[in-house]
Amino acid sequence: MTGPDPILDALCPMHLRVDLNGRVIHVGPTLRKILGAAEIEGAAFFQLFTVRRPRGAGTMAALVSGARRRAKLELVRAPHTPFVAQVVPEPAGGAVINLSFGIGLAAALGDHALTSADFAPTDLTVEMLFLIESKSAVMASALERNARLHSARVVAEEQALTDTLTGLGNRRAVDLELARLAARRRPFALMHLDLDHFKAVNDTFGHAAGDHVLQEIAQVLGDAIRTGDVAARLGGDEFLLILSRPPSPRALELMARRLVRRIEEPIHYRHALLSVSASVGIARHDGTGPLDLVALFDSADAALYAAKSAGRGRVSLAPSDRTEPPVSPNRIAPHDGA
Amino acid sequence: MVGEREECAGMHALLNRMLHVFVEDTYGTEVWCDVLEGAGLSAVELDSLGPQTIRTTRALSRAVETVLARSVDTVLEDVGTYLVSHPNAQSVRRLLRFCGTDFVDFLHSLEDLPDRIRLAVPSLSLPEIEVAEEREARFLITCRGPLPGVGHLLAGLLRAMADDYGTLALLEHEGRSCDGDRLRVTLVDTAFSEGRRFVLGAGGAAPLLAGRHP
Repeated sequence: MTGPDPILDALCPMHLRVDLNGRVIHVGPTLRKILGAAEIEGAAFFQLFTVRRPRGAGTMAALVSGARRRAKLELVRAPHTPFVAQVVPEPAGGAVINLSFGIGLAAALGDHALTSADFAPTDLTVEMLFLIESKSAVMASALERNARLHSARVVAEEQALTDTLTGLGNRRAVDLELARLAARRRPFALMHLDLDHFKAVNDTFGHAAGDHVLQEIAQVLGDAIRTGDVAARLGGDEFLLILSRPPSPRALELMARRLVRRIEEPIHYRHALLSVSASVGIARHDGTGPLDLVALFDSADAALYAAKSAGRGRVSLAPSDRTEPPVSPNRIAPHDGA
Repeated sequence: MVGEREECAGMHALLNRMLHVFVEDTYGTEVWCDVLEGAGLSAVELDSLGPQTIRTTRALSRAVETVLARSVDTVLEDVGTYLVSHPNAQSVRRLLRFCGTDFVDFLHSLEDLPDRIRLAVPSLSLPEIEVAEEREARFLITCRGPLPGVGHLLAGLLRAMADDYGTLALLEHEGRSCDGDRLRVTLVDTAFSEGRRFVLGAGGAAPLLAGRHP
């Protein structure tokens, strides 16, 4: 065979024939488009292509003998498109070399303006490109949808009433409950809790341990309240109980002490025993007179502050609720076995 | 059975998304909000995938008819045209152009389209499409699927694709029979115009239906 072969052109539009001396005899129609130059016949093969594999093959003999099945070529000029090549030796010397873009086809097609008609109908190049493009389009759509769902989730979380870590109510739940209570003219009490030594647990055992402690405390608080009451986590290690049928101030104080003792029971975590305590400030609204929520909250807060400054693990009642002189802030020793 | 339902949901979700981007890109965000409101849906419900997706499509179709004061069939035809011609749906047009070197080649390739799509998204089951060449330059296309209206969408899409290839073609929607929607395509001039240029390697990773960017 010497001249162009229409059958080979149709079946392998990216082939070329090279003679014994490395001169190009013929180039398939698609490869001609890629090479761009009109006068390729007669050009030196090794000036058009760099042979990457078999490594260092600079003659036809070396290319033919070295490339058992698969050779790797690269365009000498930019954009240095890489090719996978099959080298089939001809009896008279020289070879038919069929090229393909291999897996680099997406990049290669970005550099060369080719259409489906440039590939043989049985060639899966176009199918592969279809797959690449549809996959990335689907992926991009999925990412977009994820982003939309994420922002929806953020909105939903803002509207949620539950603290996701502990399952207790959150600040929003507290606001709603207080607004509800303010509308009724009945007594209720706020018990403001702040954990002691929690930071030490976090610092020593890590945040997972800290989270575990918060969940255990949430369990204790949830068990302590009655139907109609609200237990909430205000954030960090700060909790609030809203008691809708509060007992006397004295009984409230005892209840808070029991809570503190329960909280001080060591918590098992992996192989460690974690100990925290809590300070509690209590404020009570007696159901008569105007209700100033902010002031009530402030007094619970002030009571908590007083408990904190009197030492850890203490309970303090807001001044207006004290019916008797303040109980001397008796230190409750941790694990006092009560 | 569950799998079948999921596949169906995927197709409905795709249809919902197509209606969404079409209405928003063509008529504006306000009109789209009217449609959502008319359908009693939130944007999140539209995005969620599940058995309710089918109900969503129905509610959406009715709301589109009311708000645009047009039959949903003609709207779906416009959706088909939109998918090929609107810049925000570029990747759809590109994927379709991959399927054939000219319009006739493209028509024949429609039969492979569901398999091609399944290769990329295994859970998405497109309606089965059958292409019969009745005689020279005359085709009968049957589109079998549980989704009503897909034939109208296909009609709009084929009309726009003919244009894209530079082919002058007549397209008639012959209605829905027991074996699906039937379309008749008659080619008048296959070299009517230049058509739009199409090279293989020009695509980026644009979302399938990008829609209006906020």
